[in-house]
Formats: sequence, C-alpha cells, structure tokens
Amino acid sequence: MFATLLKQIGTLIISLLGLTVLTFILSLQSDTPVHTYQSNSVFIQYFEYLQFLLDGNWGTSSIHKRSVLKDFLQHFPATIELILLAMVLAVTAGLGLGIVASTRRGGWLDNTLMTSSLIGYSMPIFWWGMLLVLLFSLTLGWTPVAGRIDFAYDIEPYTRFMLIDTLLHHNQYGFSAFLNALHHLVLPAITLSTIPMAIVARMTRSSLLAVLKSEYIRTARSKGISNQRIIWVHALRNALQPILTISGVQISIIMSGVIITEYIFAWPGIGKWLLEAVSRRDFASIQGGVLALSIIVIAFNLALDFISIYLNPRLRRPS
Amino acid sequence: MIKKSNENNDLMINSSLYRDLSRRARLLISLAALACCSCAPSDNEKADDAKDLLVYCSEGSPDGFNPQLVTSGTSYDATANIIYNQLVTYKPGTTEIAPSLAKSWHISDDGLRYTFNLRDDITFHGSQIFTPSRSMNADDVIFSFNRQRLSSHPYHGISGGRYPYFTAQSMGQLIKDIRKTGEHQVEFILTRPESPFLSILATPFASILSAEYAQQLNRLHRPEWIDSKPIGTGPFRFERYEPDAYIRYKRFDNYFNQSKRVKNLVFAITPDAAMRFARFSAGECDVMSYPLPVHLRVAQKNDLKVVQTPGLNVAYWAFNTEKPPFHDAKVRRALTMAIDREAILQTVYDRQATLATNPIPPSSWAYNKNIQKVTYSKRRATELLAEAGYANGFSIDIWAMPIQRAYNPNARKMAEMIQQDLADINVDARIITYEWGTFLSRLAQGLHHSVLLGWNADNADPNNFFSPLLSCNSAISGNNYAKWCNNQFDDLILKGRTSAAQSDRTEYYLKAQEVFKREAPWLTIAHANNSVLIQPEISGLTVSPIGNINFEGVTIHEGKSKPAETKERQ
Repeated sequence: MFATLLKQIGTLIISLLGLTVLTFILSLQSDTPVHTYQSNSVFIQYFEYLQFLLDGNWGTSSIHKRSVLKDFLQHFPATIELILLAMVLAVTAGLGLGIVASTRRGGWLDNTLMTSSLIGYSMPIFWWGMLLVLLFSLTLGWTPVAGRIDFAYDIEPYTRFMLIDTLLHHNQYGFSAFLNALHHLVLPAITLSTIPMAIVARMTRSSLLAVLKSEYIRTARSKGISNQRIIWVHALRNALQPILTISGVQISIIMSGVIITEYIFAWPGIGKWLLEAVSRRDFASIQGGVLALSIIVIAFNLALDFISIYLNPRLRRPS
Repeated sequence: MIKKSNENNDLMINSSLYRDLSRRARLLISLAALACCSCAPSDNEKADDAKDLLVYCSEGSPDGFNPQLVTSGTSYDATANIIYNQLVTYKPGTTEIAPSLAKSWHISDDGLRYTFNLRDDITFHGSQIFTPSRSMNADDVIFSFNRQRLSSHPYHGISGGRYPYFTAQSMGQLIKDIRKTGEHQVEFILTRPESPFLSILATPFASILSAEYAQQLNRLHRPEWIDSKPIGTGPFRFERYEPDAYIRYKRFDNYFNQSKRVKNLVFAITPDAAMRFARFSAGECDVMSYPLPVHLRVAQKNDLKVVQTPGLNVAYWAFNTEKPPFHDAKVRRALTMAIDREAILQTVYDRQATLATNPIPPSSWAYNKNIQKVTYSKRRATELLAEAGYANGFSIDIWAMPIQRAYNPNARKMAEMIQQDLADINVDARIITYEWGTFLSRLAQGLHHSVLLGWNADNADPNNFFSPLLSCNSAISGNNYAKWCNNQFDDLILKGRTSAAQSDRTEYYLKAQEVFKREAPWLTIAHANNSVLIQPEISGLTVSPIGNINFEGVTIHEGKSKPAETKERQ
C-alpha cells in the first residue's frame, strides 16, 4: 500500500510540475510580464517562478491591480457552493433514476428515463441554461434570473459562502435570507448538474444490472430475500464502486461546465472571473486561475484515488 | 387588511422582501419559514431600510474607486457623482455649470486667477476607520489637486502615481499654483488663460478627497486605502464592493444638498447586455444601463420607461490624411458624399441617434447651424473622384472598432454598409478589426487608411472635441486619427481656447467648423442618444449629455411594492 501511495504522490508532483511549466511558458508569451525575474536564463527563471508561487505571489491583475491569489480566493467560495449543490443533485437524482430504470428494465419508464438522460447528456450547457432561464425566470417567474441573493438583504461576506453567511445574519433576517439564497442557487445548480446526473443515471443502471446478474444475487433471491433488500443492501453497495470512479472523473466536466453556468447566471465565481479575465486579456489572472483550477482537479482526483484504494484492497498492489 | 400584531408584522415584512416568487415557490418557502419562524425574529427598521433600495444594473466593474486614477465611464459612474463632489458641477441633465462644493467663484480679468469660495457646511463621510473632525475646507481642495500635480507630494506615488486624465488635460502645465486664501477660500493660478477651465473642474478627476482622512491613513500605515476605501462628500457613502458582483452604497444623511434619495443603492454588475435586459424585465433591477437599440424598441412597445438625452458624442469615419489618396481633400469630400448615412442611422442605430453635420453635437453652444449637410450623391462622388484623378477607383482599408460604445453600437455593421456604398463608386474597401488594445496601439502608429471611431465628451466645453480630436498636437500623439493638421483650423481653436468672452469663442469655433467641413478629414456620422431603461415606479433620474448617471434626487414611488407585499397587505 505504501508503494501505491508513493506512486500516486509521484504522479501528483510530476503533474503539478508539468502544469507550472505550461503556465510559465504562457507567462513568457504575454505582453505584460506577470513577474519580474532576476536572471536572464529561462531555466533559472522557471525556478524563480516556482518560488513566487510558493510565496503566494501569483501576480497582480493588470486591470484591477489586485492580487490574483486574493481575487481567486474571493471568488472561489461561490463556485464551491454551486458545485457542491450540483454534485449532490447529480448524485442523488442520478442514483435514484438509475435504480428506478434498472428495476424497470426494458419497460416504458426505463426507456423514457434513458432517452431523457441521453438528451440531458447531449444538451449544450449554455443552451440548456438559457432555456431554463427563459422558461422558469422570464416566463413563469419562479426563479431569479441572476445573482446570489436579492439585494434587499445586506449580507456581509464573512465566509463568502452565501448559505453560511445568510445563516450568520439570522438575527437580522431570520431564515428568509437563507431561503432566498437557496432559491437563487436552484436554477444554476440544475443547469450544472444535468450532464453529470445523466452520466450517473446511466452508469448506475448498467452497473446495477451487471451486479443483479451475479451469482450471489441469485443465491440471495433463492433464499427468498425481498427485492427491495436485494437492491438496496446487497447490489447497490457493490455497484457503487464504478459509480464513485465515474463521479470523480466528472470533476473536470463540472469545472468546465461551471464556467459557462456562472456566465449565464452572472454568478460571481471563478468561472465568470476567468472568462472576464480572458475578455480583458488579463494574463496574470488567466494564468493564476488556470493553475489554481488545474491543481484543484488534480488534487480531487488524487483524493478519489486514495478513497478507492482504501475501499478496494485489490487496488493496493501496484500493477 | 393590515395585521397589527408585531409578530405577524415581522413575518410579513420578511416575506415582503421576497420579490417575484410564484405562488408555488412562495408556498414552499413559507412552509419552510413557518417551520423555523419561532427562532427567526427580525428587526422592523432594518427590513424597512432594505425596502428603500434602488438596484442599478451596470455594464461593468469599476477600475477603481478614486476618479483621479481612472478614466472609464463605468468607473466615473460608480464614484464621481455618488461618493464625491467637485468644486463645480453641471445642472442635472444639462451642460450648464452650477455651484457644488464651491458656492461662488471669481475669475480675474486676465483669466489667470480663479478664486473659489467654498461652502462651510460640507461634511465628509465617516467609516469604521475614520470619523471626520472638521468640515471640508481649502486644505482638502489643495490636497486633492496637489496629489495629482506635484511629484513630491507624499500621496503622489500611492497606487501607481498615474493620473491619466490630469495628465491628458495638461493640468500640470496649466496650473501654476494653488493657494489657500482663507479657511474656505482657495485660489488657482494658471500659466495661461484657459476658458474651458471651469468645465474641466466639473470633470470626475477633480473630485475632492479628504486631507484629514489621508493623515489618518498615514497614521495607520495604509495610505493606499484612500483609493480603495473611499471617503467623499457625495450623496451616498461607499459600503462594500464585491468584485464583478455588486457595489453597495448607503445614503449619506449629512449631505449638504438635502435632496430626496433612496436609502440603499446597489450597482448590480452585469456586463452582458442581454442578461441586463433579462434582469430588468424580471424586475431584478430598477435601472438598466446601456440598453441596445433592440431593447429600446422592445421597451417602447411594452410601455417601459426610457430616460434619454441627446449625447455629447460623435461617431465618425476618419480618413488618414497622411496617406494617399486621402491627402487630397477632393477625394475625402467625394467619399463623404458616397455614403448613405440615413441607412446607417436606420440599421445600426435603430433611429436612436441624429445625423451629424459637425464634429460637435447640436446641443453645444458653439454649434454652427449654417453648415450645409453633406448630400448623399453617388453621381457627384464619382465626378469628384474623376476630377481628383481617380476615375478608375482605388483600394482602401476601413478599420472598424471591435467593441460596442454608446456612440457606435456596431462598427462592423457600419463598415459593411460603407463597403457596399464604396463599391458603387468603384472603391474597393477591406474591413479590418483587431482586439481593442491592439486596435488602438496600431491606430496610434498610423497604420490605417481610414477608421470608424467616435468620441464621448467628458466635459461640456466644445474644446473637448476640437483639441483632442483635430488639433495638430493631437495628430502627433493623441486621438487625432485623421492625422489632420490644418494651420488655419489649429489657430482658430487655439484662439477659442484662450479667449475669455464666450461671444469671441463662439465666433472662432463657428469658423473652425467651416474649415473642417471644407477640408473633410472625417465623415461625421451620428450623435447617439444616451439612454437608460427605468421601472415605472422610479422618478427623478437624469442622464447627463456627457453620459453620466446621477442618482441624486431619485425616488421610488410609494406604489412600488413587491408582489409578495401587495398580496399580504390587501
């Protein structure tokens, strides 16, 4: 197990170094230098660049004259909030739909659910988001068009997680601010969760169907255990392993999805910040943002690997 | 029926904050709220405060909160008329100079000394780190200008030490000295007479900052906060800025002009015009900035309120007079005749603009009404080209700006229309566009044949058009993209700038416009209207011809109740 962990950490370090090389090359190409290097040698400059990163000096935005790292950390909680809700939605709804479809295999419900998930999977996210805004916000008036909360609530950003901050303002607004913030989250989270939800649903269905065919389920059936118990207790636990893996892989899909979703809903997170940096040619922000997002994706995948290793003893031996 | 009990009232006000919810959504939320209402006491006063709120959907994030350091209209809107005041201002919606922090002023006969008598009842805003101990006085005025003027000033180098507008207007060379002649009196001594000086002092860069606040920040060793945690004298005080999301202001109750104002003002930063319109349509904002022509059409169809004022701006097609064939005035005149500007007005501006005859708009006091409009005639254009020796035509480039501006909503479309018109007179035009920064730097190098651009004045003096756009000096290193240097014209606008009497100035400028028309360095295209969309309950909002939006005096009618509240109170 120790060797496997070591290998994973080695992979992480190589990925991170590769990433910093790429962003370093990008920084050399920009008209406005992000950092001032002492040396003329590009090789030594790269090490200076690494030193800057480790010191927390990620450059200064050429437009706003603010620290890139500070900007990133300011926008990050909004993105995390959105991603977490979208993930919860995707996993719970995806699992539920997948289970229902697998138990009704071949029936009209199965066909309908799988066709819908295929549509959900293939729908371009910007189009889907705009359709939802048009229907639920502009036509029906059920959801807000944009933003994180109604401006009637004056919420001091203590943690920058709106749901937490509104609860910290409980004395002032009761729970109505929290509910309002939740209300603002609904549509962006649905938009962002649609593709992962479809993937989880399809994966759950096929994984469950495969498990349900296995010998031990047949044995359980022969013992007269109820269908409900077979699915929820015996089959699902084993079917979860590939679902967990596929959910982890989706972090990069979610990350690219969140950029578009934030733009559609004027959600003040990393995605909107990065897109605006691109439109303003703010190289320091682009470079810092891309680096930070990539580190998060790599770290998330690594964490998931560790969880899988912990759950599945067979993975502990390096191949 | 209005419920009387306090507890019910609390609940009702809380729910009244909740706008635009469907019955079903409200039902769900009410159920959830009911489940926890026992632990949710609220403060009536705060909730009422929150209701007195104006949301302005603005087009972008400000570059900073000190108008001395920035130049964009977006930054000016968020600072100059909200947080700060200048010595003089424009009467709302006009270009007429009016007193502001200075109650009166006197100009010496030689035009070299401007003495301002300051009001003695002006208070600066307070914040958690600053409580003003005195009213505004001459020291604050001197601090505000000397910071920009003197490189030896302790605050000069703070936040980069660049003062773009101050430098662009050559204020450093113009102002010889600023003296305190009394506790509430200050004198500006100029190196030469400069008639537009008062207009220039009404520009955002001339906002008055607090010298006492600067001292306080020095004590805290955080001088840079003067630019990021602004303290001014304006109608609203800055409360919070969430980058790219919103700016929150609170009404300043000790403001010297006790005009009606809302208690809370929020700039909801929404750069995408379609998104701004969606938010406006859904009632999430009360005022929408920079609507596109299509939004104005929809708004007019749906009886939404549009506040519109003819803009102090001009859109033009400049010919690079340093390059053949544009060095020949005959060719330039021929090309101006070949373009169907009425069609451009219809297609590009959706009629939200007027046809431009002169480089300055008709609202300016120096406008020459006697200049003949260019008549659209392809036949005459072809004849003129033949006379100039170009009977077989030629090829040119048209540079179209890549971004949308109030004076030109779609330069690319405009370029395409011009291209078609030119093809009819045997002129082959190629359209060129670069990213905005590259576009401007290449223009400055004079790499273009011709360019579609425009200008939005930042003060109401006609010199603000002539000198920066058409003088010989600006042809070398300025915004004169026609690279046009005409000695007669230059002489006239210099006289216009340095004469004291407005009648003399008018005479010079009228003549200058005649020279401009004869020489045709540009085809003047349009003066676009400045517009904002407002909800029907809003009143008192003015948009100045310069394009600034002013929230002083804006009120929300009593009738403005959010849907939930109306229902509850019935």
